Amino acid sequence: MGIAYIYPPYEVVRNKDRCIGCRVCERQCANEVHHYSEEAGCMMADESKCVNCHRCVSLCPTRALKIVKTDHTFKENANWSGKAIQEIYRQASTGGVLLSSMGNPEPYPIYFDKILLNASQVTNPSIDPLREPMETRVFLGKKPKQIKRDKNGNILPQNTPHLELSMPVMFSAMSYGSISYNAHESLARAARELGIYYNTGEGGLHEDFYQYGANTIVQVASGRFGVHSDYLDTAAAIEIKMGQGAKPGIGGHLPGTKIVGDVSRTRMIPEGSDAISPAPHHDIYSIEDLRQLVYSLKEATNYEKPVIVKIAAVHNVSAIASGIARSGADIIAIDGYRGGTGAAPTRIRDNVGIPIELALASVDKRLRDEGIRDDVSIVVGGSIRSSADVFKAIALGADCCYIGTAALLALGCHLCRSCHEGKCNWGIATQRPDLVKRLNPDIGYKRLVNMLTAWNHEIKEMMGGMGINSIESLKGNRLMLRGIGMTEKELEILGIKHAGE
Amino acid sequence: MTIDAANMHFQVLNEKIRNNSSKKITIDNCCGQRYIGAGMSGRNITINGTPGNALGAYLNGSEIQVNGNAQDAVGDTMNDGAIIIHGNVGDAPGYAMRGGRIFVRGNAGYRAGIHMKQYKEKKPVIIIGGRAGSFLGEYLAGGIIAVLNLQNEQPIISNFTGTGMHGGKIFLRCQTVPDNLPAQVSAEPAQPADFKELAPHLKAYCKQFELDYEQLAADTFFVLKPNAKNPYKKLYTQN
Repeated sequence: MGIAYIYPPYEVVRNKDRCIGCRVCERQCANEVHHYSEEAGCMMADESKCVNCHRCVSLCPTRALKIVKTDHTFKENANWSGKAIQEIYRQASTGGVLLSSMGNPEPYPIYFDKILLNASQVTNPSIDPLREPMETRVFLGKKPKQIKRDKNGNILPQNTPHLELSMPVMFSAMSYGSISYNAHESLARAARELGIYYNTGEGGLHEDFYQYGANTIVQVASGRFGVHSDYLDTAAAIEIKMGQGAKPGIGGHLPGTKIVGDVSRTRMIPEGSDAISPAPHHDIYSIEDLRQLVYSLKEATNYEKPVIVKIAAVHNVSAIASGIARSGADIIAIDGYRGGTGAAPTRIRDNVGIPIELALASVDKRLRDEGIRDDVSIVVGGSIRSSADVFKAIALGADCCYIGTAALLALGCHLCRSCHEGKCNWGIATQRPDLVKRLNPDIGYKRLVNMLTAWNHEIKEMMGGMGINSIESLKGNRLMLRGIGMTEKELEILGIKHAGE
Repeated sequence: MTIDAANMHFQVLNEKIRNNSSKKITIDNCCGQRYIGAGMSGRNITINGTPGNALGAYLNGSEIQVNGNAQDAVGDTMNDGAIIIHGNVGDAPGYAMRGGRIFVRGNAGYRAGIHMKQYKEKKPVIIIGGRAGSFLGEYLAGGIIAVLNLQNEQPIISNFTGTGMHGGKIFLRCQTVPDNLPAQVSAEPAQPADFKELAPHLKAYCKQFELDYEQLAADTFFVLKPNAKNPYKKLYTQN
């Protein structure tokens, strides 16, 4: 055996006074950390396999377990962190590109946490959402530039395709393959119950979920997996995936080992074949080309469905968004650099892209300056963690937010960031039947509904506190925001004043 | 039913086609109108002239005959049916195509058959009568591409043929292996077992364009296949 360069980052602490040797931890851990030693007559652990997902901790009936960060360290070095050193060891032993999951965890600024909200005092009354009607419904799509009337003065309907949502949140794209059947079912049912939408991601739509079509956004990505006319016809909207916040500029790759059974059927590729989504769409090299894909989808669906174009937040995002608004797309989705993923090269995830708060503010301003803001709706994600983030995003100019990580957390995800290993102990990011069945969709969907019902109530509370009774009046209302501890430049980009101003 | 498409906007033309109940439609004076036949099934469309980009995108079982050249992105994500082009075709015909056939009498531009894939009974086929541009069959995941080079011009293909290929087969009618193939691709003379896969489609192609199948089938064909099924397997290390 070679030298073990990598010391396990976690320690499994087992309180022997509490452990009853029931072996639940052993059965629950797909990473095979725990085992019962006949020789020692007690449970043992191999912490080198532990990903710190808390499955064993959560299911231990006597709370005998906890996972702690090891205090084993390298010699202190402000430049060479333990993480940097260990990544070198990993690459030196394998020659591989470092692969990670979920969103960028590095300590970059979080602008949402540097923004404070306003409330009414004395001069305008606040509103109690428990007693008075509050409107959180939003419509996504192109808004007509002017109202047209017939000769009797009646308003003529100008029906551009729209999505109607009960609240300004929907579930962002997560493919069947990256997450499990039960996770998809939970999202689909929650979307229907809440009157919002979920998104298939680029892995096609399982036949069982066609019944949720009215609450489904289907994705068309560079690999075109599972895209066919029934798929397009079933959906409420079609999203063209140009990019993703976790990995801007690169494609996707679901390894052949994960293309099994239903995943193969849904993606419409043979079992065991790699599912490669090339980095670019090879027919899109310009805004004109994007327009071609937008219109080919509109033509194929008789102009009945809004088309969303999703991009990652990158340096020139406002110019790109301006192009997208002119491409015929009805909705622009922008994904910030904190956005999650089932697998992305670590270097890309942690170093490429920009914060969604800055991207959103700059896109909204650019589109307003150019007089085309009403031609599109803006949806932002990556990462929206709470109703307060939703609220601040809307005040910065968004129409709606996408949540991915937050939804998975509601389903039981513990953010161990090991999705790419395919052994999710919570039954979310795995295709192993014994693990998938751990996520009960009857409970899962209810937890999603609970979370968003609470968020919606919180949004109403915050609106009411400001004396606002409609989400439309909050949209782009930057006067309701103040920055704290930000530079002039940051405030300028966000278009907000500093607290105290 | 015949539609005169002269000076007609694509939206008007396509709406006319969609709203028309007749199965058989002829479009005269076609000049660059895009998206003809997008997502359609059960139609028989004849186009006289030059259709615009994305002809037969998401096509789900129709036959489209083009008496002329076609432009870019013909048969994008096509699922079933046939597109027959009596002239040349532009870039990226059959992008991500999953089923059906595209027959081109003339040459094809760049990226023909890019990321084509097959699934169960669905096996897409592109046959190009002339030569093909760069990136032919890039990311090919399934299906069959054949380049016949009927005029015997040089070179039959351009650079980067089959880059990133991880399934499917590319047949080239030529005497020697092109010397600019990337490392992921293996090239060998087509064995009878390989040729058997191409034969029914080639027969249909010859019938369509009134060519002598027996004579063509007697020529030397090379078949390109991916070197490995999962070429990216060893690329990553878990972090």
